[in-house]
Amino acid sequence: MTTATRLTPSVGTAHSRVEGVDKVTGAARYAGEIPFAELAHGWLALSTVARGRIRSVEADGVLGMPGVLAVLYHGNAPRVDTDHVGLLGVKPEPTTALFQHDRVPHMGWPVALVVAETSEQAREAAEALVVTYEQEPHDVAFSGGRPDAYSVDSHMPGATEKGDLESELAASAVVVDAEYTTPEEHHNPMEPHAATAHWDGGRLEVVDSNQGSTWVAQELAALFSLEPSAVRVRSEHIGGGFGSKGVRAHQVAAVMAATALQRPVRVVLTRRQMFSLAGYRSPTAQRVRLGADADGRLRALEHRSLSVTSTVHEFVEPSSGPARVMYDADAHHTANEVVRLDVPTPTWMRAPGEAPGSFALESALDELAEKCGLDPIELRTRNEPEAGPVSGLPFSSRNLLACFQEGARRFGWADRDPRPGLRRDGRWLLGTGTAAASFGAGAAPSTAALTAEADGTFTVRITASDIGTGARTALTLIAADALEVAPDRVRVRIGDSDFGFAMIAGGSMGTRSWGWAIMAAAQELRERLALGGGIPSEGITVRSDTSAAVGALAQKERHSFGAQFAEVAVDVTTGEVRVRRMLGMFAAGRIVNPLTARSQFTGGMIWGISMALHEEAVRDRTSGGHVGADLAGYHVAAHADVPHIEADWVDDPDPDDPVGIKGIGEIGIVGAAAAIANAVWHATGVRHRNLPIRPDRVLLAAAAGTGARDA
Amino acid sequence: MRDFGYQRAHDVSGAVALLGADPDARFLGGGTNLVDLMKTGVERPARLVDVRELPLDRIEVTEEGGLRIGATVTNSDLAAHPEVRRRYPALTQAVLAGASGQLRNMATVGGNLLQRTRCGYFADVTKPCNKRVPGSGCPAVEGEHRNHAVLGASEHCVATHPSDMAVALTAFDAVVSYETADGPGELPLTEFYLPVGDTPHLETALPAGALITGVTLPPAPVAAHSRYRKVRERASYAFAIGSLAAAMDVRDGVVRDVRLALGAVASRPWRAREAERLLTGGPADAEAFAAAADAELAAARPLPDNRYKVTLMRNLVVAVLTELAEEAAR
Repeated sequence: MTTATRLTPSVGTAHSRVEGVDKVTGAARYAGEIPFAELAHGWLALSTVARGRIRSVEADGVLGMPGVLAVLYHGNAPRVDTDHVGLLGVKPEPTTALFQHDRVPHMGWPVALVVAETSEQAREAAEALVVTYEQEPHDVAFSGGRPDAYSVDSHMPGATEKGDLESELAASAVVVDAEYTTPEEHHNPMEPHAATAHWDGGRLEVVDSNQGSTWVAQELAALFSLEPSAVRVRSEHIGGGFGSKGVRAHQVAAVMAATALQRPVRVVLTRRQMFSLAGYRSPTAQRVRLGADADGRLRALEHRSLSVTSTVHEFVEPSSGPARVMYDADAHHTANEVVRLDVPTPTWMRAPGEAPGSFALESALDELAEKCGLDPIELRTRNEPEAGPVSGLPFSSRNLLACFQEGARRFGWADRDPRPGLRRDGRWLLGTGTAAASFGAGAAPSTAALTAEADGTFTVRITASDIGTGARTALTLIAADALEVAPDRVRVRIGDSDFGFAMIAGGSMGTRSWGWAIMAAAQELRERLALGGGIPSEGITVRSDTSAAVGALAQKERHSFGAQFAEVAVDVTTGEVRVRRMLGMFAAGRIVNPLTARSQFTGGMIWGISMALHEEAVRDRTSGGHVGADLAGYHVAAHADVPHIEADWVDDPDPDDPVGIKGIGEIGIVGAAAAIANAVWHATGVRHRNLPIRPDRVLLAAAAGTGARDA
Repeated sequence: MRDFGYQRAHDVSGAVALLGADPDARFLGGGTNLVDLMKTGVERPARLVDVRELPLDRIEVTEEGGLRIGATVTNSDLAAHPEVRRRYPALTQAVLAGASGQLRNMATVGGNLLQRTRCGYFADVTKPCNKRVPGSGCPAVEGEHRNHAVLGASEHCVATHPSDMAVALTAFDAVVSYETADGPGELPLTEFYLPVGDTPHLETALPAGALITGVTLPPAPVAAHSRYRKVRERASYAFAIGSLAAAMDVRDGVVRDVRLALGAVASRPWRAREAERLLTGGPADAEAFAAAADAELAAARPLPDNRYKVTLMRNLVVAVLTELAEEAAR
């Protein structure tokens, strides 16, 4: 009470976005709208066959069209070097091998770039460009029974096994054996991918919309065999990323064209092109087998997941990952497998692995609870593990049960009658469901520069990305507390690869990794300032690098956890399913900015509604391409589908992080679809194991009569 | 993008004259569908004649007690009009079930009738489509057709008409008025859309160059007891997977008058005349409603993935007529 000079901490109190006014007034410029003198526009032409070879690109036919400056394709494009491993430890996305060969591995593969004075001219010419193909038979049919599936390691092992599965299943009093599917899903951030490239005094400058400007700069330098210092990438405002905004065909195309024409060139993807070129979440076919004693304690757990990858890249959607964290059993087998098809390469999409995996696993747990006659929360309580089920490592913290307890209290779970199909409101059957959530909590090395300015303010420079999460604001609050000043004295500059290497906005690790670097820099700066002496006009700048500190983190099971609750209404005569309310309780480390954190949690939960009920990219087997590849054909929840949604958290600071952060970017979607599917069962008595839970599926399951309890 | 000409018309005869016999010219109303189709290359007009400023933005009660609705009345104004709400509530409900507030503020009555199918193959110029390129084939029959037609389609096209408004207008015997260089004409809405057959690219019976000037609704007391129910997988901003405009006059448990039109099941709003005939004069109970629906849907020829629509429409007819009967009994 006497420390009157001490400021109220900024971290933990709600702050509106520091760039909010710029964004709502339109002053914030996005990558596709920043003006450049002498700007030319590139338009990608995509393949119209799903497999084959390019026989000819008849560039002469469009070079005479109004405004057309150049046509780049495999016959004249510069070579790029794709034989390297990037910041995230994987090879470059295959469409970065742009125009390097005549093979077409999927429908929508980029085959040419038409550059013109205006975007409209470039598009007209690109659509008029005649490309002929030697077409080959394609295979885009994904299903669970593919004999050509194989196990793949990713950031986690492809398969884990302990114990004798069959004997434990045989010894189990209760067994659940079910298959679950999720469809091809697309991220579709509101802002399409866009990049402008130009050469400035021998240096390549790219203005981009990405999740990590260091990442993109390093990749472009490697692709074009440039010194890392010869590439600068900036990405100040980003209208959503969700895993899709790394290095892709459009940046490579812009660099190629800017090099060929020696003038700035912009390439923007259309919404429809994004369905082929921006990556997506693979469809999955998952089998879960659970064996338990009559009291619900698991003896056997098997989770096998099959996903798709392209013929030119190995990407696995690791959907059996959650089982390695959530539940233990004497026999515990998990596997992530892929099958290669003539489709675009999938990629990270919000909660990769956890989102589809939690749908299958948490639905299966609900089925086990039903069979055991146990409350679903009690079942999870009885199966709470002491240590990592596969790793054996201790959990850094695991507050899952606290989430369930507080969530159940707020949701009114105790009053729930577990029997399905009993509650009605007019034409609607009502039900409630719950599911657990988890997502890895990690940190990656980052650097930051912190300057004490002569006017008493501070400037942070860090190659962070604010993809709409509020990261810029969160970092402002972290820096303000670290410096013990008010946030309005701190200016955070992000999205510029010249600021030095830093983690991307991904893996729910951005804010934690960047915050750590800022904390380290602030500590050193305060020590420097404590020495006294004035601040020179250029300020005093210190730099931090957290590589050693992050590398010294002890091996532990580090995760955020959560409990999802949903109430749904189902009209089985029309098949309509509407979510009435949702509650998510999370244990996700220290919450830096409650205002934007709540938005991120509820945004994930709303995405879970879309995943449960709406999202599904439809691939036409004859052509191998999409049907309805736009936001009229690919549905996400509309406002009217989003009812009362509450997200909150329990106290869960990470003791091994300087700020206490775990990361909140992805966990909001995890478990949400399962909670909704479990609620649909509770409403109707029918298990829906295939997403999305479409009207035709609900209707046909109901029409099939009371004998059909599964759909 | 192809360059195109733009002219604004200020009177009906001027608009018709501006369009002339040019097959590459299009009338522009709200532009909520045409402009989208121009962006995707499905429509590539050389010239647009903007008819939005024409003096056709009135809704008037006719001498007979029906309504005359101008072609440039916006969907929002149509839905909000007190006489529409009072005399044809299903029409208001249908319009409000469609699109979004912003789109309804732009979209016109004439344009709504002439909007094109949302079939994903039609909308994608890289794919075959008999409606877009006659003779190129219909990939929906073997491909993605979950939301395609079950009634009145052909092997050449299984697309549905997307309008909600037109379903309600069809139930209420709307008549479309138009103007051509040779003078005015009229078409009942039930004859406005052509059968699919082997010419799915020919969608309406409007003469070439005709401008829709309005829609007339004859008086229909039964319409005061009407309802529009739209089923879709999300709660808003989606086209129907099945919809129903229904009006019913029940006295002493007997159906005196009934109107039924089905949406999202055919290339046009489907007036269920067989069901109406069976119901009229009969009991107003669920058994009769189901029998009438089954009789109407006996003509359905579903594809493998849209069979559910037959069940859906049967359930809808029973549910909505039951609601109307219960209200009549109160």
